[in-house]
Amino acid sequence: MGDIIKAENIIFEYPVLDEDGNEVSRTRVLDDVSLCVPEGQFLAVLGHNGSGKSTLAKHFNGILLPMSGSVTVDGMDTKDESRIYDIRQTVGMVFQNPDNQIVATIVEEDAAFALENLGVEPKEIRRRVDEALKTVDMYEYREHSPHQLSGGQKQRVAIAGIIAMRPRCIVMDEPTAMLDPKGRKEIMKTIKLLNREHGITVVLITHYMEEAAQADRVVVIDKGKILLDDVPKKIFSQVELLRSVGLDVPQTIELMYELKKSGLDVPDDLLYEEECAEYLFDMLTADVGDKK
Amino acid sequence: MLKDITIGQFFPGNSLIHRLDSRFKIIMDIAYVVMLFTASNYLGLVAVGLFMILLYIMSGVGLRLVLKSLRPIMPLIAITCILNLFFIRGSGEPLLNIGGVIMIYPEGITTSIFMAVRIMFLIIGMSLLTYTTSPIELTDAIERLLSPLKKLHFPVHELAMMMTIALRFIPTLIEETDKIMSAQKARGANLDTGGLMKKAKALIPVMIPLFVSAFKRANELALAMECRCYRGGEGRTRMKQLHSGLKDYIALAVMALFFAELILLNIYIPYLGIPYMVP
Repeated sequence: MGDIIKAENIIFEYPVLDEDGNEVSRTRVLDDVSLCVPEGQFLAVLGHNGSGKSTLAKHFNGILLPMSGSVTVDGMDTKDESRIYDIRQTVGMVFQNPDNQIVATIVEEDAAFALENLGVEPKEIRRRVDEALKTVDMYEYREHSPHQLSGGQKQRVAIAGIIAMRPRCIVMDEPTAMLDPKGRKEIMKTIKLLNREHGITVVLITHYMEEAAQADRVVVIDKGKILLDDVPKKIFSQVELLRSVGLDVPQTIELMYELKKSGLDVPDDLLYEEECAEYLFDMLTADVGDKK
Repeated sequence: MLKDITIGQFFPGNSLIHRLDSRFKIIMDIAYVVMLFTASNYLGLVAVGLFMILLYIMSGVGLRLVLKSLRPIMPLIAITCILNLFFIRGSGEPLLNIGGVIMIYPEGITTSIFMAVRIMFLIIGMSLLTYTTSPIELTDAIERLLSPLKKLHFPVHELAMMMTIALRFIPTLIEETDKIMSAQKARGANLDTGGLMKKAKALIPVMIPLFVSAFKRANELALAMECRCYRGGEGRTRMKQLHSGLKDYIALAVMALFFAELILLNIYIPYLGIPYMVP
């Protein structure tokens, strides 16, 4: 399968201004980043605050343009202004605060917003809105007002507003950061459904390790550079390196790491709770068996 | 305190009034206001009142709501009454004469009652529009009704979009205001006591964070709208189309008939035994 997003050697800088608005220096947010996202992948981008991960995400649908280097979405250069709406239709984007991305006063009107902008026929809009709301399991709330909904529900409405456009890729910029644990779970379930059942490529920007662990591939960004790029298991087994860039590791990995440090011979890549629990259970029962 | 505002609220329902085309409803609402100001005697006013009550019964909107909508304009009514009472000069003897300064004439009393009733009917009648029409339909209808102005380069779509966003963010910002007020109170701010000036000054630490957050929200919303391919009104379609049917034209015809009757009333029974004419 081909790459849906291809970022090549992108550099992005913010000017630093003094009090009179003169440029004093520049802060480099992205420093020569190259990243390809194959179609159908669930990619997680990890990094602590200020690492440049959100800036990178905004390059994926032409919200920001690289100062040097290029970003191509399905073969279209994001610098090509004539294709910008095709690009944004191909790569949808969901932001952190659900309150600030819902435009309309009624759920279904909001889901229809993008299609109305694109000038789709009213009947087709209706069909695709219903479909999108059913996908995120918000169909029964279609006539509610957004402020009556919980955070997780609002974020699902925002996702419905994007998938109604039928994008091939969705970039999510910390979609769970403002939600409670229940809402976070709802969103992760929705993300996995979109990726597995609907074949939508997902780029999840996050700083929650547990969320990144569920992806197919994890990219760790630090100081505007890609530090690691591998499958979750390989990434999280590097406990010291992750900690050195201000990131945490999932609890399972941490447990294994501590056990290993205290002298037990355990593998360090048991990322998922089930396999970790199973391994520990086997180990403990074998231990009991030995003693008998 | 902020949650009591009923003006502009929508109460969903399925009555005939709810189902009328919102464009027709706006036109009829304007006609209603004109009618109210055409009625120049009590009989006309009573007729308009009966018409309005009939519409309310049809819409199923409760009496309590009607009274609630009147509460915020009570001071306005009171001021109108007092001004009319003291400043209308009649032809006969004044009922009350204090040193030639304060003089109350019978005409003053009738005029102030007439004015009070007229303002009340105005607010109650106009509230029916927002009670029975969803904000989306309302902004849609305004956009469609004003669309001829597009030729004069009047930003009709932008206006409608602004109204939608304003309506969308009212509850969000009210919630935020409550939160900020609590936060400031927790820091020892005194928001509830003192004179008017002191209270106004105490609101500054509430307003500043509210404005900062509103600008931040606006920025993020603009970004989200851009991501969803928003590019103004050009080439835009709508999911829900406004449909006008026979019932809308009948409603309009009924309204026109009623208007005609009112004008006849004005011409043939200008006084109805009450010595009153609007100046």
